[in-house]
Amino acid sequence: MSLAINHLLGLQNVSKNDIQLILDTAVTFREVLDRPIKKVPTLKGTTVVNLFYENSTRTRLSFELAEKRLSADTLNFSTSTSSTKKGETFKDTVRNIEAMKIDMIIVRHKSAGVPLYLTKISNASIINAGDGQHEHPTQALLDMYSIREKLGKLKGLKICIVGDIRHSRVALSNIYGLKTMGAEVSVCAPPTMIPKNLETFGVKVYTDIHKATRENDVLNVLRIQLERNAGSSIPSLREYHNYFGITSEVIEKNNKDILILHPGPINRGVEMSSEVADGPYQIILDQVTNGVAIRMAVLYLLGTKN
Amino acid sequence: MVIKAKIIDEIGLQRTITRLAHEILERNKGSENIVLVGVRTRGEFLARRILKKIVEIDGNEPNLGILDATLYRDDFRTRLKQPQVSVTDITFDITDKDVILIDDVLYTGRTTRAALDALMDLGRPRTIQYCVLVDRGHREMPIKADFIGKNIPTSLNEEIKVKMKEIDDEDAVYLIEIEN
Repeated sequence: MSLAINHLLGLQNVSKNDIQLILDTAVTFREVLDRPIKKVPTLKGTTVVNLFYENSTRTRLSFELAEKRLSADTLNFSTSTSSTKKGETFKDTVRNIEAMKIDMIIVRHKSAGVPLYLTKISNASIINAGDGQHEHPTQALLDMYSIREKLGKLKGLKICIVGDIRHSRVALSNIYGLKTMGAEVSVCAPPTMIPKNLETFGVKVYTDIHKATRENDVLNVLRIQLERNAGSSIPSLREYHNYFGITSEVIEKNNKDILILHPGPINRGVEMSSEVADGPYQIILDQVTNGVAIRMAVLYLLGTKN
Repeated sequence: MVIKAKIIDEIGLQRTITRLAHEILERNKGSENIVLVGVRTRGEFLARRILKKIVEIDGNEPNLGILDATLYRDDFRTRLKQPQVSVTDITFDITDKDVILIDDVLYTGRTTRAALDALMDLGRPRTIQYCVLVDRGHREMPIKADFIGKNIPTSLNEEIKVKMKEIDDEDAVYLIEIEN
């Protein structure tokens, strides 16, 4: 069994078999993370570059840890300390890094399509760690893994993505992936945060958080991304919290079986109250642990493919 | 693929497993300090059967774990097909234990090398003893088994096929000739 894809650019057009294989392989690596020696020699001799043109804590650390747990050699690149500041173009940077004989590139960039462009100028295997408002496939995969681990399946589950759908690459990757796996996907947000014609994806749209909580098995709550100018879509953070924030009252009034996910970092008191963020319905830190396992699975499956 | 001979049949396999269980108990003076670790896939079923036998003989039930050594292999870059990984399921501590590593066929010794490395990452056993159903020769590593069901000298264009009822339709060991 090996993946049909050679790069992980997004979950659009990734087959059910491939997603299933990544999720199943991650179970193996999840076990490795519980061992006293949390490291296997599988990618010994493989060199991976983490090319981060945009800030990141979780994703970059998670990828770096996954690479190290697989014994790969890792190089870290971030714009603030690199020659990008001296005016080197993206293409030149990549060509130069590639001249150092590397095998895989993990890329995050503020522009959509950069990972796809990389596949055309590089021979390395490319993994998208978030490109603009396009996709963030490993986040969606770890969300799916976490839901499956907790609820035992994805098919037929009702999963609602709450928050700034329009600006969110996490939302788009989740929609593609979950629909491929046979889940019923919906979104809940103020109309200004919902992209036009979303229904054509077969995605139900809620504008009432109480109804969304009542009618779904899972809420995947997104961060209000102020750095992507989400503030212009809502009157104020406080008003957003009043109408769309997940609080204990919202959960307890509507659905005590709900499972709450959040990709982090959390704006406490905006999309979610602190009580919920630390409470019994959420699996936010499990998601972080599972993220390492998912990234190990993707690195393994792409890195050992002939 | 041509079947050249059925080397062990159902009754033969039962007897072999009984003997292996006795040998393991004899060498280790009982089952107090031993743990069994089966190598996926057929090593797992073999280990379960040997465990059952040990319980029958000794009354005590040692821990049983399942090892997947795929991540420790040395042939990721040379194989055409990507091997499928599955979960290692060893929930007990192997430190200071006598680990009986169990597999179906011993051939080049490369899987054994991978399994040994995998075990060392899980703890520091007192001893690791290697138990195989069939030793077919052609070693490429300095590895030998402590408990052997049957020595079957083979040529390189032959293969040993172990079948076990848990996943196959019968209990048997076949010698197969590969045509190329």
